[in-house]
Amino acid sequence: MSKPRVAIFDFAGCEGDQLQIVNLEEVVLDVLGQVEIVTWREAMKEQSDHYDIALVEGSITRKSDEERIKAIREKAKVLVAIGACATIGGINCMKNFQDEKFVRRYVYGDKAHWYNTYAARPISAVVPVDANVHGCPINREEFVRVLKALLQGKKPFIPNYPVCVDCKKAGNVCVLLKGQFCMGPVTRAGCGACCITEGAYCWGCRGLVDDPNMDAARELLGRFGISAGEALGQIRLYDGYGEEAR
Amino acid sequence: MSKSAKRELHIRVDHLTRVEGHGNIVVNVSNGKIEDCRWEVVEAPRFFEAMVRGRKWYEMHHITCRICGICSIGHTLASLQATEAALGIEASEQTVLLRKLALHAENLQSHILHVGYLVLPDLMGVGSVVPLAGSHPAELKTVIRIHRLSNEFSDKICGRTTHPQRLVPGGFAKYPKTDELKKLRQGLTEALSDLKEVARLVCSVAGRFPAFSRETEYIALKSDQEYAMYHGQIGSSDGGTWAPGQYKEVTNEFCVPHSTAKYTKHNRDSYMVGALARFNLNADRLTPEARAVARLFKLKPVCYNSFMNNVAQIVECVHSVEDSINIIDRILDRGLALEDIPPIKVRAGQGVSAVEVPRGILFHDYQYDDAGTCIGANLIIPTNQNHNNIYHDLQVLLPSLLGKPEKEIELGLEMLVRAYDPCISCSAHYLKVKFI
Repeated sequence: MSKPRVAIFDFAGCEGDQLQIVNLEEVVLDVLGQVEIVTWREAMKEQSDHYDIALVEGSITRKSDEERIKAIREKAKVLVAIGACATIGGINCMKNFQDEKFVRRYVYGDKAHWYNTYAARPISAVVPVDANVHGCPINREEFVRVLKALLQGKKPFIPNYPVCVDCKKAGNVCVLLKGQFCMGPVTRAGCGACCITEGAYCWGCRGLVDDPNMDAARELLGRFGISAGEALGQIRLYDGYGEEAR
Repeated sequence: MSKSAKRELHIRVDHLTRVEGHGNIVVNVSNGKIEDCRWEVVEAPRFFEAMVRGRKWYEMHHITCRICGICSIGHTLASLQATEAALGIEASEQTVLLRKLALHAENLQSHILHVGYLVLPDLMGVGSVVPLAGSHPAELKTVIRIHRLSNEFSDKICGRTTHPQRLVPGGFAKYPKTDELKKLRQGLTEALSDLKEVARLVCSVAGRFPAFSRETEYIALKSDQEYAMYHGQIGSSDGGTWAPGQYKEVTNEFCVPHSTAKYTKHNRDSYMVGALARFNLNADRLTPEARAVARLFKLKPVCYNSFMNNVAQIVECVHSVEDSINIIDRILDRGLALEDIPPIKVRAGQGVSAVEVPRGILFHDYQYDDAGTCIGANLIIPTNQNHNNIYHDLQVLLPSLLGKPEKEIELGLEMLVRAYDPCISCSAHYLKVKFI
């Protein structure tokens, strides 16, 4: 049996998720042993239009990119969104809350009309996505786990409980008790609460869990003196395309 | 009549490979005359300067580091310094030492990734690093070993290799352990011999870099104390220094229709930033082993061959490792203190920073209102500053290649762009080669 053919593509983003694949170091060679990477602009000159699995990083931020992602979707049997920009829209969506003409003019001045852009959106807003590897950036181990499941024809397990669960397991002191803000109570776990463990708070990069209990979250944050407006601003940091941010 | 006199050549390299981001090279030669030779940046623009307006001072480093996955530490440090300048926050001596380590870790990671994974295939005559696993397994393992060490280095100092968590306004949210620093020091000492091995390998095939030369201006940070990376004055190879706050006098940004990245110019048609620019301005401040590697390649300032940026990156890898060892020794001598973040009093103000990140000098400029909300931002990224220099280099390189077969021309042009290690996501906040 021939090896599954994998292609890696990117749209608007920082390419930090592809870097995590490079950062697998020797493990990347093991993964490469199981698949054939046929297109990866960032790392190789060779390119092919024949692939089974497409890994896609970045958000869609202009009409002209829709054709490219649609063509990729047509060719790929399985399309995987990697990283927050691709899975939920990520920080690119912050500009969606400002006037588009103003945004272009602010950055490009009187040449603003040269540059196309529209409201940033995740890949799933344009084409169906088969699996998500969440995070900003993605976690290397989770990426390998998701890819392995897909190669075995299984549905990869993606947690649908909040970061607080991971945070308790990591043995962290709750940052709300330290007077900081935290998106953990409503954010999808799977990261091991890495930001809190490293001294920051949860910024919400993996997006909200399905059906988040927003009333309870607002009540909890309110108890720690955080207003609904502040919470909304934090949701808009990564999940600006989602329903709760609007 | 020479072969090139009546040449018809239409090359279009869309989405140039083995670079970070989307750019195209477009070449159109008709009847031996170059009608078009263009470097197009087509990366989707992301509008960071507009995006951060309305965000708080404690979020700015978290957002702006997302401009680039590869130089996220550099963006974080530039962001923190701009915020600290605006709010009047003083970073402690230990914080500055640890931040310098973070910057060295990223410089090593980014340079070895570029030289080992993206440039070496050109020198070895293959399309990617993958065939090297079969043809040069030992050398590839050495490159991987250095790359892994550089990532562990970032992990230990910053919490994570990409998009660091521990670096915050005023200092560190979490510290490495003394034992971790000692182990890291051991790893760095071993990496020095690995780096010399990579230097000898690249030196053995360095003849494949074209003997290109075009006089241009080089811009980099300068300091009386050190090989400037974390802070200093803006310097030019044409002479003169400027405070970071005067950056606009040097960068002079402008838009061009074929590029979503802005261009810059100063004294001449264009200027160059990055490892070669830093080497050209500050070679006398390199560590001894780094100077020895420069001698191995016969690299001397001022070098006008843009391809030698790859070599300057190898020299800097050695410098970053050696200087890191020195810094770790200083931290261990003083004893690592678990310092608290100093109290921060939010106020209105403007702050500008200039930091040398792997691809060159980076400027962040923020304005805050009295609640610490960002009301204005300007970011000038190294690759933006190089686009114009790439364009002018291409105009000189192409005529010298016209007698050669099309594939060789294409490779030569691609290698030139790749030598700049362009980080196009950053610059559009853009790469392809097109021969049309």
